Amino acid sequence: MGEAARAAAAAVLRGAVKSYGKQIALNGLDLEVRRGQITALLGPNGAGKSTAISLLLGLANPDKGSVELFGESPRLLSARRRIGLMLQSAVLPDTLRVRELLRLTAGYYGTPEPLDQVAKRAGIDDLQERFYGKLSGGQQRRVQFALALCGAPEFLCLDEPTVGLDSQARKALWSAIRTKTESGCAVLLTTHYLEEAEAVADRVAVLFGGRLVKEGTVDEIRSLSERRRIRCITVIPEADISRWEGVVNVTRRERYLEIETPSPEVLVQRLFKTDPALRDLEVHRAGLVDALSNIAGEGAH
Amino acid sequence: MNTSVSTVAALRAAPSVLRILFLETQMEFLRLLRSPSFSVPVLSFPLMFYVLFAVVLGPPSAHNGALARHLLATYSVFGVMAPGLFGLGVTLAMDRERGLLELKRALPMPSGAYLGARVIMTAVFAAIVSVALMLLSATVGAVVLEAAQWFTLFIASVMGVLPFCSLGLFIGTLTKGQAAPAVINLVYLPMSFLSGLLLPMSIMPRFIQQIAPLWPSWHLAQLTLHIVDNDDAPGLSLAAHVLAVVGEAVVFFVLARRRLSKLR
Repeated sequence: MGEAARAAAAAVLRGAVKSYGKQIALNGLDLEVRRGQITALLGPNGAGKSTAISLLLGLANPDKGSVELFGESPRLLSARRRIGLMLQSAVLPDTLRVRELLRLTAGYYGTPEPLDQVAKRAGIDDLQERFYGKLSGGQQRRVQFALALCGAPEFLCLDEPTVGLDSQARKALWSAIRTKTESGCAVLLTTHYLEEAEAVADRVAVLFGGRLVKEGTVDEIRSLSERRRIRCITVIPEADISRWEGVVNVTRRERYLEIETPSPEVLVQRLFKTDPALRDLEVHRAGLVDALSNIAGEGAH
Repeated sequence: MNTSVSTVAALRAAPSVLRILFLETQMEFLRLLRSPSFSVPVLSFPLMFYVLFAVVLGPPSAHNGALARHLLATYSVFGVMAPGLFGLGVTLAMDRERGLLELKRALPMPSGAYLGARVIMTAVFAAIVSVALMLLSATVGAVVLEAAQWFTLFIASVMGVLPFCSLGLFIGTLTKGQAAPAVINLVYLPMSFLSGLLLPMSIMPRFIQQIAPLWPSWHLAQLTLHIVDNDDAPGLSLAAHVLAVVGEAVVFFVLARRRLSKLR
């Protein structure tokens, strides 16, 4: 890696191997989280996402390979003072007020942000006097986000940040995260909502079996799947179309037929020839979901 | 490049460790004080038992100064065991189960602050229980002590929380979440009984008297009994009891640290 790339990366895993007993969680993982970008870490359960995060946060040491957070070991406090995090698995104390949680967490950092400002940005301005245990799931997520922001982080590690949030809160959260990346903060995101990763991430890293199997921009990953999806209303029976050349799959969704194919141009011509009255035609590039299922399929072989 | 790195380093000055310890202790104290399942039994049970056995059902203490002092000494030990055992054991077990320990480890919190704050917090609870017991005993319990005796009893009670912190911590590394209060009660109550805190040792079967030196609570009680009576404890010298209390605190602490580092 060149000097410039090294400076652009906030967190780097190189050839990281980690096993728990006989279970190999990471098998030589290379991963880079760059400044000013949102990197989505994707992969099926057991692919090694949480282990990768554990290593990046200094919760565990790799058996082999190296981990760097701003060029230092994440075990060092000086490295971790530059990060903010939301862990999906963590339940904060029910009997502390939001204001107290903010004060406590901000206290770990040498140069915290003004807390009222953080509260405003996370949308918890009006919740500060409430007990954490009395908040709704969505409000708790927002408090956790505020805690992640309060140390003025240069690297944000967000584990399933939008679980339990309604769409408005989700939008507000992503716009707050965007503001952070625009000022050069690196963001690592894990999410089960692939559509969300597709919409917000700059880069995608796909793990499978403890290794990085694909890495790139969302468009690059999407283009790995050559399939297109044709959607239309037609009188041609499904059974006929499924026998046509180049058709991978046909499904009916209410009035619509959905046809998956790697060659949409040829197929659209044939559809119109067979049914000139065909209407409501749409052709989509397959989404991240399809690309990932392809990658997972390859990874399994 | 160099200048930007040093600017960043300057911006990221380390916060004061003392301030972190203070905040952590304060928040842990508030958190437990506001949890009735902790604060009610820890703060009120020793006082209730003391009033029940030493005042209501007890002998007319006014005529039996030695017994009144004995009960204050043993209930002081009973009272400081709970904050140590529950304060560290149950919270550690819960924090492990709820992922809070992991979060704290990932945050830039100095590694000693978690344990340090919790030990100080339990000592504060122990101090509250100790003062409340002394006030009760001096008023309704008819206990008369010299000023120096009150003071040393207080210090012994607050410092005496340490072996129970270590033991609680060790139990907290072995059990998870909901099981911890049950396990700790299974240690707390039998150990109190076997150490002669609930009933005088002299009426216990010989076997129980013989195994008493195993329990940190017995050693601590010998110290508090010595403080209130100024007589030597039978068998072992004062220094031996201090050593036993400190030794057990260290042993369980080391065991707990080992378990914790394996859980990592």
